[in-house]
Amino acid sequence: MSARLSVEDLAFGYGERVVGAGVGFDVAAGEVLCLLGPNGGGKTTLFKTLLGLLPPRGGRVRVDGEDTAGWSPRRRALAFGYVPQAGAGQFPFTVREMVLMGRTAHRGAFSAPAASDHAAAEAALERLGIAHLAERDWLRISGGERQMALIARALAQAPRVLVLDEPTASLDFGNQVRVLEQVRRLADGEGAEGLTVVFSTHHPEQAFAIADRVALLHGGRLARFGTPEAVITAAMMREVYGTEVEVVAVGADGMRVCLPVGLKRPG
Amino acid sequence: MPAAARRGEVPFALTLGGVAALLVIAVCVAFSTGAYPVTPAELAGLLAAKLGLGSAAVAPAVETVIWDIRGPRVLTAMLVGAGLAASGAAYQGLFRNPLVSPDILGVSSGAALGAVLGIFASLPVLAIQGMAFAGGLLAVGVVLAVASAIRGRDPVLVLVLGGVVIGALLGSGVALLKYLADPYNQLPAITFWLLGSLSAVNRGDLAALVPPVVVALLPLVLLRWRLDVMTLGDEEATALGVPVRVVRIVVVAAATLMTAAAVSVSGIVGWVGLLVPHLARLMVGPAFVRLLPTAVLLGAAYLLAVDTLARSLGPVELPLGVLTAVIGTPVFLWLLAFGKRGWS
Repeated sequence: MSARLSVEDLAFGYGERVVGAGVGFDVAAGEVLCLLGPNGGGKTTLFKTLLGLLPPRGGRVRVDGEDTAGWSPRRRALAFGYVPQAGAGQFPFTVREMVLMGRTAHRGAFSAPAASDHAAAEAALERLGIAHLAERDWLRISGGERQMALIARALAQAPRVLVLDEPTASLDFGNQVRVLEQVRRLADGEGAEGLTVVFSTHHPEQAFAIADRVALLHGGRLARFGTPEAVITAAMMREVYGTEVEVVAVGADGMRVCLPVGLKRPG
Repeated sequence: MPAAARRGEVPFALTLGGVAALLVIAVCVAFSTGAYPVTPAELAGLLAAKLGLGSAAVAPAVETVIWDIRGPRVLTAMLVGAGLAASGAAYQGLFRNPLVSPDILGVSSGAALGAVLGIFASLPVLAIQGMAFAGGLLAVGVVLAVASAIRGRDPVLVLVLGGVVIGALLGSGVALLKYLADPYNQLPAITFWLLGSLSAVNRGDLAALVPPVVVALLPLVLLRWRLDVMTLGDEEATALGVPVRVVRIVVVAAATLMTAAAVSVSGIVGWVGLLVPHLARLMVGPAFVRLLPTAVLLGAAYLLAVDTLARSLGPVELPLGVLTAVIGTPVFLWLLAFGKRGWS
């Protein structure tokens, strides 16, 4: 299968400061890539560079083989859907209005949303199971509901690549699981062609649960890239995070988890 | 109570119709207030006659009052109010802050310095207005130039802080000119201008005000959907496909043009651009497609009502800027205490 998203020898940073360099990987359509790495490892900067919010310091990003350098924001928005860590909206839009904003790139600068845009927004709300929230005030729904709405907005955008920046940060356990399930479903496509998904997290279990590939970003370099089983090992966790863990298979499916060694209350 | 439910109770068309009715009432009251009251029937009769529908059954004196005296003042008050409210609505969204008013980037202080300089140099009235207009545009131009020279920082923050700093500098320029001005002749004129008034407005002022307000309103109307996306901040708006720098420049230019045109005719009239969009948002929600028409009509009605009060409350006219502040402060405090739902 040909790569949908190709990152080639990418260098990235803010202004004069180069945060990372030499990062390269491929992700196919329908695949989920999990980006792991310690704080300050460059995950957020890499995301912003992928999305074109920051200019690359070197190398290139390709979507379906096309170099994204020089693309307009509109063209980028048709290729990449972005789910920010916390939506920055401060106005009491309804959830429906917020999701409808995902259609911005699909219509002219001066034109009102067409019937097709309204239909896409409704479909996205349905698909995420939050149609009942449509009329609710954006500022008065829970963090989990807001995360779902942001994913619906990115979905209404009809992108080829979905980028999620720590989608489960600040969510309770149930909402974390629901968001991860949705992310996996969007990659699988359920009949339609699946999306390429890139998400970042601090929890290795999430990579074991839904990712096809893991990219480990450490000190601005791509320290490891491969399947979750190959990348997330006790040796890697010691080297990168400085913690002793045991990687064990649990449950009926034998899903792996990282258990910290020696983290135990006395007695 | 969620905003949607609140909005659901009163459909948008009904709200807008209500605000339009308020405006019509304000117009009728304004015409019937003053030394020579004009009834709504006389007003309607003259308008019908001018449009070629029936003959003018109106006394010539009434026609003069409507056409040359009160009419221009009423329309100017409406345009100034509408312009300030529209720019305030655009700026509050663009800068994502409820405390933003149209003069956040220094347009009022630039206009003030221009006008005061004109009065100081004993220029004719038209030149003073021109200097106020140019001063307002120039001040915002400097702020924009400073902001684009400073890179690598939050562009919105740089713009707002740049506006505050440049505004303070221009304010000290105004203070210096007041200190140097002739205390018997120029100083009262300067004070009068800085307090804001529509008492000297004529048809020429109105003619000068209409083009910039209409020209500046157009991009705001056209970009109404993009302005909603801009309220999400630069990063999200860019990721949704909006060229944020271009949209910001266009909106800032439009709001500046409108505000500079308004204050060059009326003098400094505070609070309208801050309060009216806020109230409009509480009524119809934040979506610009509904917010803009509501704010425009409400701003027109509000400033017309305040101007009518200004010229009828006492034996001498009260300064407009003082009245808008006296009315604005309690309303704003009320919003702060009870109206928070619209924001957080």
